[in-house]
Amino acid sequence: MKEIAKALGDVFIQMPKGLLVTFKHLFKKPVTLDYPRKKKPMTPRYRGLHYLERYDDGSERCVCCGLCAAACPADAIYMEPEENEHGERRAKVYEINLLRCIFCGFCEEACPEEAIFLGHEYEFSNDNRNSFIYTKGQMLVPHPRKDKPFKRIYRRIRKVYGVTDKPK
Amino acid sequence: MSAERKTMTINMGPQHPSTHGVLRVVLELDGEQVVNAQPHIGYLHTGIEKTMENKLYYKVIPCTDRMDYLAPMSNNLGYCLAVEKLMGIEVPEKVKWARVCLAELTRIKSHLVWLGTHSIDLGAMTMLLYTFRERESIVDIYEACGGQRMMTTYIRIGGLSKDLPPDFDKLVRKVLETIPSHLRDYEDMLTNNEIFINRTRGVAVISADDAVNYSLTGPMLRGSGVNYDVRKANPYSGYENFDFDIPLGKNGDAYDRYKIRLAEIRQSLRIIQQAIDGMPEGPYRAHVPGVVLPPKEDVLYKMESMIFHFKIITEGFKAPFGAVYQAIESPKGELGYYISSDGSNKPHRVRVRPPSFVNLAVLPKLVEGALFSDVVCAIGSIDIVLGEVDR
Repeated sequence: MKEIAKALGDVFIQMPKGLLVTFKHLFKKPVTLDYPRKKKPMTPRYRGLHYLERYDDGSERCVCCGLCAAACPADAIYMEPEENEHGERRAKVYEINLLRCIFCGFCEEACPEEAIFLGHEYEFSNDNRNSFIYTKGQMLVPHPRKDKPFKRIYRRIRKVYGVTDKPK
Repeated sequence: MSAERKTMTINMGPQHPSTHGVLRVVLELDGEQVVNAQPHIGYLHTGIEKTMENKLYYKVIPCTDRMDYLAPMSNNLGYCLAVEKLMGIEVPEKVKWARVCLAELTRIKSHLVWLGTHSIDLGAMTMLLYTFRERESIVDIYEACGGQRMMTTYIRIGGLSKDLPPDFDKLVRKVLETIPSHLRDYEDMLTNNEIFINRTRGVAVISADDAVNYSLTGPMLRGSGVNYDVRKANPYSGYENFDFDIPLGKNGDAYDRYKIRLAEIRQSLRIIQQAIDGMPEGPYRAHVPGVVLPPKEDVLYKMESMIFHFKIITEGFKAPFGAVYQAIESPKGELGYYISSDGSNKPHRVRVRPPSFVNLAVLPKLVEGALFSDVVCAIGSIDIVLGEVDR
């Protein structure tokens, strides 16, 4: 008798209880995104594809000190220095092998000139291994830039110090 | 006609979906009963321990993320605590509390993935989707903190890589609010479900004596009723300030381990609540010149900080001669780091005591005499991550 009561309880109470959870989800808003059309906004600190910053006059910030290459745990960064027409040091060759890169962000932390940053770009798949070696020309931000200087400076502050959420 | 007993040897894995990765189990079957099971490991061996020997102390941290990739913060924490013990670094109070908070979030995340995959092994398909939805909110916190969703590399030697994000409090409180109601949903679906009970109760039983003899740790050990938790036995990172219970099982079967892991999620929520309420103010890195990186805002404006910054990044720091062992309670059990130093700037040897590896050794004992389909349940209830088993 006790077993029958338990079996009835299972069939009519416990099982429907579980099914009800599934049923309730029919009417809930889906949590998934329609990915290629809609994208999830990345947090300010997100570590994606690298980019090299410029000064406002368009000259490169990177002085090729080699600290990012020294900090890189995967040995993905290669660089060669040269002098520009004003006698300032800059990178002749600056390459990041994205197949080796583990996106740990050590280069960004090491950089004493605030030249290299890990941006929010994460869709850079390709069918060719050679195209994953990103050169300086590919990573330097375009000059003149499209976005306003205030926004850019703000983003940099946000990125480095993680100070605040959104410009008010 | 009495012929001698014939057994059949079959191969489960390394591509079998319910071996949670690339585990291969060679099973000797008598009909449907398992006579002998032999786990074969090493398919994911990447030589992480050897790689660590060739890296500066601070560059080892990304390696630790990649062992137990479901609980990256716990791995970072264990390694950083070991190096801090070796160097004699005392971290600020805020760092301790933040680390506890993050480590407990990691525990919840790891247990949620376990719950999803274990129940999908046993036929409850929808659970995986629900648990991954809750996991997402924790992964979002990781992203806000360290910038990466899985390989966070957020906890560093002497502190954290960056300060806690400004919306950390809000994000964590959201998790604290949402998870308990979802946990009730999970319990509605599984705890009293006849199918789930039949698949797990009395399956993969290990007695308390055997559990101790096999040096099991974590929920595997506590499922058999042995009260051992590194957080209580050898408190680290300020766990002695928190009030929490250790859930214990009785029978040592897969069902008890399921209940313990659910109870552990609840206890972790309690710890996070205390940590987030009492989070002290202060610096996010210890001030140890020459060992811990100075904050980036100092590097840009102060000469001395700049010099230390260059020095630490290019040549690291020299650790004193000696060896340390630091154990923490990772979601899977006792995770220990043994670091032997020869006085140079690279560790001479790093030995990891991975909980999954040690717990996996009990698999032949768990499935002896069980049915073939119970092997799946046994592997699932151990909660292995092959990245950590093979390293």
